Amino acid sequence: MSYSFYGYKRPDGRYGARNLVAVVPTVICTTDVAQAIVRQVQGTCGFFHHQGCCQLPLDLKRVTDTLISLGKGPNVAGVLLVSLGCEGTDWQRIMDELSATGKPVEIIHVQELGGTSRAIQEGIDKAQKLVMQASGVLREECDISNLVMSIKCGGSDTTSGMASNCVIGYVADKLVDLGATVIFGETTEFLGGEHLLARRAVGGEEGPVGQKIYEIVNAMEQRAKAIGCDMRKGQPTPGNIAGGLSSIEEKSLGAIVKSGTRPIQGVLEYPQHAAGCKGLWIKDTPGREPEILTGMAATGAQFMMFSTGRGAPQGFPSMPVIKICGNPNTYTRMENDMDLNAGLIITGEKSIEQVGEEAFEKLIRVLNGEMTKNEAIGYFSAIDIHCLGPVI
Amino acid sequence: MEVRLALWVNDKDNVATVFCNDAAGGTELTLRSKSGAGEQITAADSIPYGHKIAVRDIRKGEHIIKYGESIGAASTDIRRGDYVHVHNMEALRGRGDL
Repeated sequence: MSYSFYGYKRPDGRYGARNLVAVVPTVICTTDVAQAIVRQVQGTCGFFHHQGCCQLPLDLKRVTDTLISLGKGPNVAGVLLVSLGCEGTDWQRIMDELSATGKPVEIIHVQELGGTSRAIQEGIDKAQKLVMQASGVLREECDISNLVMSIKCGGSDTTSGMASNCVIGYVADKLVDLGATVIFGETTEFLGGEHLLARRAVGGEEGPVGQKIYEIVNAMEQRAKAIGCDMRKGQPTPGNIAGGLSSIEEKSLGAIVKSGTRPIQGVLEYPQHAAGCKGLWIKDTPGREPEILTGMAATGAQFMMFSTGRGAPQGFPSMPVIKICGNPNTYTRMENDMDLNAGLIITGEKSIEQVGEEAFEKLIRVLNGEMTKNEAIGYFSAIDIHCLGPVI
Repeated sequence: MEVRLALWVNDKDNVATVFCNDAAGGTELTLRSKSGAGEQITAADSIPYGHKIAVRDIRKGEHIIKYGESIGAASTDIRRGDYVHVHNMEALRGRGDL
């Protein structure tokens, strides 16, 4: 059986599930200007991160690369860059690489324009034109193989690994078999389960992909251990522990269930776009929502499927997030934030396959334009860029 | 009457996960494994929803097994029916304190 969805075709051939003009501060210092523009102009979204200056060159490149990948995202129709004029990121390279995709890209420089109010006025004018241009793009049918699904679990409890992550794993396998792309991350939550992932790597545990999986997990664990304390309470979080998760190993073994069962093709670096990647891939990210949601949007994912047990309400500015709740009590309590009730698996009322098929139907509807609960309620500000070095 | 369930993911596991809202000391739970309804187990303590119960005796230092894999080690001797959580098991990973 073949599946399709209706997406906005971009000049680079990708299909978006949303049609937004991204207003992108090239540095934290222009956030207020960018926010004023987003507040005023319909059809925009803002990438309000906290980076871009007084960082080591490695991180400045990482921020520049991540902003480029976010702008390339298929849900983004056009980009307005908001530069201060003295930032550490390379605004010229962002401009050049995004323009090369064929998308309309504009820029304003706050210092050059003469300050906040003039920059806001100029930015509003430019954003309005970009939105008018984007609004003329119509949805067209495309095959499901054009899809990049990102996955994540947050606010986990023991139902996550036994219900909601199983549902996502079911959907992930189905999408991989249909020729689509699936990306999972949260390297911290591989600790204790990395051998199971490495054995699923293309080329086996001893091959380059298998070894890379061990390498990223080891690097993440060493960074946490270097601080000299038990990571418990940081990971698993106090909420995870209250939900019954006793160790990072238990959390991890439940978390990796959401990756399904298909072979792992490779590991993407945090800022990397998933262009040309098919099948199941890992992206090296931490588990915290703003940083992983940003990393996943930067892969070019049209949407995220997000599993929770305790109840996580977050969303991302340019990427709808479908919430699958594994805990039946939480679903009842937080129904306004949860898109699907996988708690019925715990109560024995439905099978993983049944809820998996419901999740699949839901994702097609969301790709076609149906709003997720986080979109409708305007909860979509979980964005930040994961950096490695200190702010200096 | 509502069945009070403890889900037993893998035959190798020495813990199961309790999914009822009122498990107290003496509560009878039905252990359900992949193969279907199974034996009864009696909770020795009050166990919150989603938390673990030992399905076998576990000696101090022995691995706690869930999903067929180690999720840490027992920090005291644990008896079948005991509540298993951070008070009687430890993580073995991410331990900068050891």
